[in-house]
Amino acid sequence: MKYIDGFRNPAAAEALRRQIAGLGEALGREAAVMEVCGSHTMAIGRYGIRDLLPANVRLISGPGCPVCVTEAGYIDAAIALARRGVILATFGDMMAVPGSASSLSDCRGDGCRIEICYSPAAALKLALGKPGNEVVFLAIGFETTIAPVVSLVDGALRHKAKNLSLLTAFKRIPPALAALLADPEIRIDAFLCPAHVSAVIGAAAYEPFSGRGGVPCVIAGFEPLDILLGIRGVLDQLLRGAAEVDNQYSRVVRPKGNPKAREQIDRFLEPVDAAWRGIGTIPASGYSLREPYAVYDAAKKFAIPVESGTTNPACICGDVIKGKRSPADCALFAESCTPDHAIGPCMVSAEGTCAAYYKYSRVAS
Amino acid sequence: MKESTIRLAHGGGGGLSRQLIETEIIPRFGEGPLRQLPDAAVLPPTDGAMVFTTDSFVVQPLDFPGGNIGDLAVHGTVNDIAACGGVPLWLSMGLILEEGLSLETLRRALDAVKSAAEACGVVVVTGDTKVVGSGQCDGMYINTSGIGRRLNGYELSTDRIGEGDYVLVSGPIGDHGMAVLSVRKGIEIAGGPLSDSAPVHRLVQSAGAWAKAVHFMRDPTRGGLAAVLNEAVEGRALDIELTENDIPVSPGTRAVAEMLGLDPLHSASEGRIVAVCAAHAAVRVLSAWRELPEGRTATGIGLVRSGEGRVIMRTLTGGKRLVDVPRGELLPRIC
Amino acid sequence: MCLAVPMKLVELRDESLGVADLDGSRHEVDLSLIAEPRLGDYVIVHAGFAIEKLERREADERLAMFEELAGAIGDP
Repeated sequence: MKYIDGFRNPAAAEALRRQIAGLGEALGREAAVMEVCGSHTMAIGRYGIRDLLPANVRLISGPGCPVCVTEAGYIDAAIALARRGVILATFGDMMAVPGSASSLSDCRGDGCRIEICYSPAAALKLALGKPGNEVVFLAIGFETTIAPVVSLVDGALRHKAKNLSLLTAFKRIPPALAALLADPEIRIDAFLCPAHVSAVIGAAAYEPFSGRGGVPCVIAGFEPLDILLGIRGVLDQLLRGAAEVDNQYSRVVRPKGNPKAREQIDRFLEPVDAAWRGIGTIPASGYSLREPYAVYDAAKKFAIPVESGTTNPACICGDVIKGKRSPADCALFAESCTPDHAIGPCMVSAEGTCAAYYKYSRVAS
Repeated sequence: MKESTIRLAHGGGGGLSRQLIETEIIPRFGEGPLRQLPDAAVLPPTDGAMVFTTDSFVVQPLDFPGGNIGDLAVHGTVNDIAACGGVPLWLSMGLILEEGLSLETLRRALDAVKSAAEACGVVVVTGDTKVVGSGQCDGMYINTSGIGRRLNGYELSTDRIGEGDYVLVSGPIGDHGMAVLSVRKGIEIAGGPLSDSAPVHRLVQSAGAWAKAVHFMRDPTRGGLAAVLNEAVEGRALDIELTENDIPVSPGTRAVAEMLGLDPLHSASEGRIVAVCAAHAAVRVLSAWRELPEGRTATGIGLVRSGEGRVIMRTLTGGKRLVDVPRGELLPRIC
Repeated sequence: MCLAVPMKLVELRDESLGVADLDGSRHEVDLSLIAEPRLGDYVIVHAGFAIEKLERREADERLAMFEELAGAIGDP
């Protein structure tokens, strides 16, 4: 596992820690670095990266957790479909997310049929193997996941599968970054940009957020050394007063990203406004199936409205994913809201900020 | 037997039941107390206190890389006895079969029970067979209960765990959980890890000379190492500090864990023992374990310090993180 | 949000399907999002799809840089 282990080298981590300490000291002032992506949140927790940073470098978790920003109403719609006899096919991540009244896990306990898929390809196989059943794939995710999931439509077309459809809640990262930068209540000095979303959309996609009036945008991989390199890159720019796009994951991310993946996305999907749980509507931040493919859109096919749903008013997940407040600020955190009994999606998602906090660092070290 | 699948009548107590027992059970387990098929086994008294345990096995799929439900059913119960400082002696075997189960599958499982029992030096002395309707169980469930005799010297309790104790593990962790998950429908990873399904009672016996110094033992099954270690210090003013670099994980388990986004610390082992022992005895226990093939790669993975009932790990890259009790099922993730 | 691992392409089944390997564990991988996949390529696999190729030269250079950094530290 050379291309994994080599990026976890303890001695190199120590070397980078020292370099970052030096840069942090030279900077002096506080640096608020938003790591947008949930996979970064998890990796930072898993490796205890915060322990390695100087006190004035603050990592804020952003809304890059597709499960956390999926509205309660989406889960409600999925459950409603399952109750009608549809077989739901989903990534494991969605199972414990709270809807307005219950989760998919609860619904499975009630007899609903839910198949957990590692890959969307499994959903196509399922549909082809059960021609008498309707199969709906819970199509959530950011750009990395969107391209693979939308291939399902391609597959359904080729196999003439009439019993497969997608309940979509796709989200796009760049509009979210724009919304966050424009929010006067959030202080962001730099973005640590996602690794694999960037592989699809390309490094150039962050240009609008750099330059005058912008912030440093450093693209970093998910291994601990990648993250440390990313932070080093951010501090270096802050010291220089620069605001550039710096691709520190160039072994995977190209300037123009993956054109084939983007073609696939553009072929089947069009940008639409989308509602982000806890944040609200962000213009052009989602994707919907284009009109010719409406027959694969589960919401239209089954005439199921996808509403916002209701959430617990004490839940501050929205502020947590915007980086305004931390899990420790939440009255419910670790008390009534735990991974076993999650009130908000941040606690239940594998890479939700609250889940990562609870799992990795709940008690101050 | 003419039939190639199990019928309801096979559990009915009549002719077909008798036939099943005569063709499948007696030839494999008919030596010893089972020979005359009494309602109960009459067993000699044990030398010292008895250890008694029960476990039910509902693994899916029934056959997985490195084993099947049959050997799991033997090892699981043998290991529960071993983890309590016992020598396993006798097993009961209760079968619940689904109507329509292929006879070949049943035979494979029974063959596995037989070989595993022989290899462990335990005897299946009594049993029962029931058949339920199609759809009422997943092919086959097995319950095994086991009796053993207590080894002298072992006094195991979480109360005995103290500051300065060492945490030891007999081999790589998490193989069974990942092996079973890798062949689940919808995942289908080939060439993944083999289950570590194996008995650990010889390891426990081998360290008998140091038994007094061993404070706590468990086989890390459901919930993996994380569950066992959290249990060890729950409610105590102690922390367990692990060093990630010292925790052995096999390459296959690592690979599947990376692919599915899972933590090997949450994955079950079915052939390992975790022990917390006094510092002075750690090297001796490890040497004793390493004499046996099943303990060849036994190693220390952490220490007990004063604390707050947490399990904390120093990560590969020098940071610290909490090792929490796993929540819910081990589900593959994409995020 | 994008758990993905670098895996080696060890089999090409047709133009859009292959088998990827990580230390002996193998899974079918959809190649329709990759241009010109070749046996021996390392690809980044997310949810059973190859979403990009790993640029090995860059990866190896990066690894060498880390070795150098590590060397300057010795054993931490």
